[in-house]
Amino acid sequence: MAAYLVRRLVYGAFTVLGVLLLLFVLFFTVTDPDDIARKAVGDRAKAEVYVQWKKNHGYDRPLFVNSEHGVADTKRYTDTLLFEHFRRMLTFDFGRSDADGTPIAKRLREGAGPSLSLTVPLFVLGLLVGVVVSLFVAFFRETYIDRSMLVVCMLAMSIAGLLYIIGGQFLVGTLLRWFPISGFDPDPAVTARFLALPVLVGLVSGFGADVRLYRTVFIEEMNRDYVRTARAKGAGDARIMVRHVLRNALIPILTNVVLAIPFLFTGALLLESFFGIPGLGSLTVEAIQSNDFATLRTMVFLGALLFIAGQLLTDISYALADPRVRLS
Amino acid sequence: MSTPLLSVEQLTVSAPGAAERVRIIDGIGLAVSPGETLALVGESGCGKSMTALAIMRLVSPPLRIHAGSRVLFEGRDILALPATEMRTVRGAQMAMIFQEPMTSLNPVTRVGAQVQEAITLHSDVSPFAARMQVIDLFEMVGIPDPHKRIDAYPHQLSGGLKQRVMIAMAMALKPRLLIADEPTTALDATIRAQILDLIRNLTANTGTAVLLITHDFGVVNELADRVAVMYAGQIVEEGTREDLLARPKHPYAQGLLKSIPRAEQRGGRLEEIQGVVPRPGQWPEGCRFHTRCPYVFDDCVFEPPARTIVSATQAARCHLLTGKALDPA
Ligand SMILES: Nc1ncnc2c1ncn2[C@@H]1O[C@H](COP(=O)(O)OP(=O)(O)O)[C@@H](O)[C@H]1O
Ligand code: SF4
Ligand SMILES: [Mg+2]
Repeated sequence: MAAYLVRRLVYGAFTVLGVLLLLFVLFFTVTDPDDIARKAVGDRAKAEVYVQWKKNHGYDRPLFVNSEHGVADTKRYTDTLLFEHFRRMLTFDFGRSDADGTPIAKRLREGAGPSLSLTVPLFVLGLLVGVVVSLFVAFFRETYIDRSMLVVCMLAMSIAGLLYIIGGQFLVGTLLRWFPISGFDPDPAVTARFLALPVLVGLVSGFGADVRLYRTVFIEEMNRDYVRTARAKGAGDARIMVRHVLRNALIPILTNVVLAIPFLFTGALLLESFFGIPGLGSLTVEAIQSNDFATLRTMVFLGALLFIAGQLLTDISYALADPRVRLS
Repeated sequence: MSTPLLSVEQLTVSAPGAAERVRIIDGIGLAVSPGETLALVGESGCGKSMTALAIMRLVSPPLRIHAGSRVLFEGRDILALPATEMRTVRGAQMAMIFQEPMTSLNPVTRVGAQVQEAITLHSDVSPFAARMQVIDLFEMVGIPDPHKRIDAYPHQLSGGLKQRVMIAMAMALKPRLLIADEPTTALDATIRAQILDLIRNLTANTGTAVLLITHDFGVVNELADRVAVMYAGQIVEEGTREDLLARPKHPYAQGLLKSIPRAEQRGGRLEEIQGVVPRPGQWPEGCRFHTRCPYVFDDCVFEPPARTIVSATQAARCHLLTGKALDPA
């Protein structure tokens, strides 16, 4: 167990370092510090403002090697953007947004709540609906119930996510006027009204793929020999589905969804930005649009950390759920 | 023969095929008296397991038991029972052990709990009392350290122990009929005799009748009172153990008997008879055995032989018995 943890963490550390390096290289391949500065101060700003901004934000340094310092001087490599990038991320010193100068840590604190209030209900309801519907469909496999549901799933999967958002806003928000089209309010009493539509849209757009996947898992389990044994004991259909099939099928299903849990924090990019939810998903989208390197790298860095956490969580939940699995 | 406990008539099961439904077993007839052991013998692929599953009504779509099939258990046709009533029969009055002990237990549930489920499904005992019963059952089927072993998961037990757990589960409610589908085929040779002894002793104590499925005439010799020989979805010969061991009438039964020492090998292929059992849908016209029969003659190819009664206890399905050809001897 200890050996397993150490190995996982070492791999994890390398993954995070790799992601940080890749992000840096990719970002400064498509753009450069001048672009960041120009975007931040605006096209019509005076040259002094622009130079000052670069200096204040440390973007006046070279990317990889600082030739102002001698070959023997470590500053040749530490007084660079790359070094600064790693230093800040690895010490969790996220700094300020390149776009508007607000401290990124503050934006993270403010955005986590709205993000979680969207992603957590979506995750829980999605899992519940997906498992219950697919258990039902699997039980009626090869009947018209199953076949028509498969058609529904295929249709649901072939429609792009964006269409659900626009369609949902039009149908539920504009035509039926059940819920507001977009926006957010931290007051819990009002939040639910704002979140209903994005959660609904998220559920519908994820539904098809989930049901199809879970159905396959359930049917695979239903064909196993131990199910026949349970039937030979005299167990009824409902008992077999819940006590035997569900219990076994939950192992692959849970380990599949556990990986997604850490990412509930980083929010939903598309849903948040289209429904005007000021969460971390919106923050990420804004950062991409405004060339805000400081914010973007923070989100990517956190994403990498959460990915490692998700893997760890997956392995642990696997070992807890399946008596055959030992962590080693 | 006393009134049968189990009487199977015209049992037919089919599966969907490329063009039309394909029969897997075809008009099976069998009878098992109370307390008796009937061995159902045949090579792999004859339809023995399918027969057992159909008797337990464990055949699920797309497989189908044909109308006209009857499985009379204690006089009533269990194929006609409502599903809920069938569940009170299954596991309590008739129980089954399977060929594959490695996969027949639920991998994520402790073995004791799985046996306990069989008990609590059919009787109103407290969980504690049921657990005590399970410990007794484990002791009875020869599982060492039953107190500890009831909390083991299947993967922590050997194949032999798993099969003992399956036997404990099947015998938990002292069923009137035990169907054992090749209970030792997947086990090491050293353990086979122990498991067979166990089945014999347990069922003798409770007066349970056994439908013992095997491809091994050696097992027949040890356990069976009566024997039914199966080939290509049909019963081709039936009789007492003495009938089948001393004077088998059907050439297929004769071939099986000659191969006793070698049938021990897994898979149950015969050296004495060339070839393999034709698959469902590819059964030949006339006598289904004619493609492999050493005595085949004209009639065999065109006309399916009828079941011919040889003696009060023996019958077989072969043209040789109707005097249509010269005696093969
Ligand atoms: N679910 C099924 N669908 C189609 N064919 C099957 C199915 N189960 C078994 N069969 C076929 O029926 C034949 C008899 O199988 P089985 O009863 O398992 O034989 P045995 O137990 O005598 O070895 C085999 O050829 C097998 O391939
Ligand atoms: S009927 Fe003919 S082919 Fe069939 S077993 Fe008898 S002799 Fe052989
Ligand atoms: Mg079989």
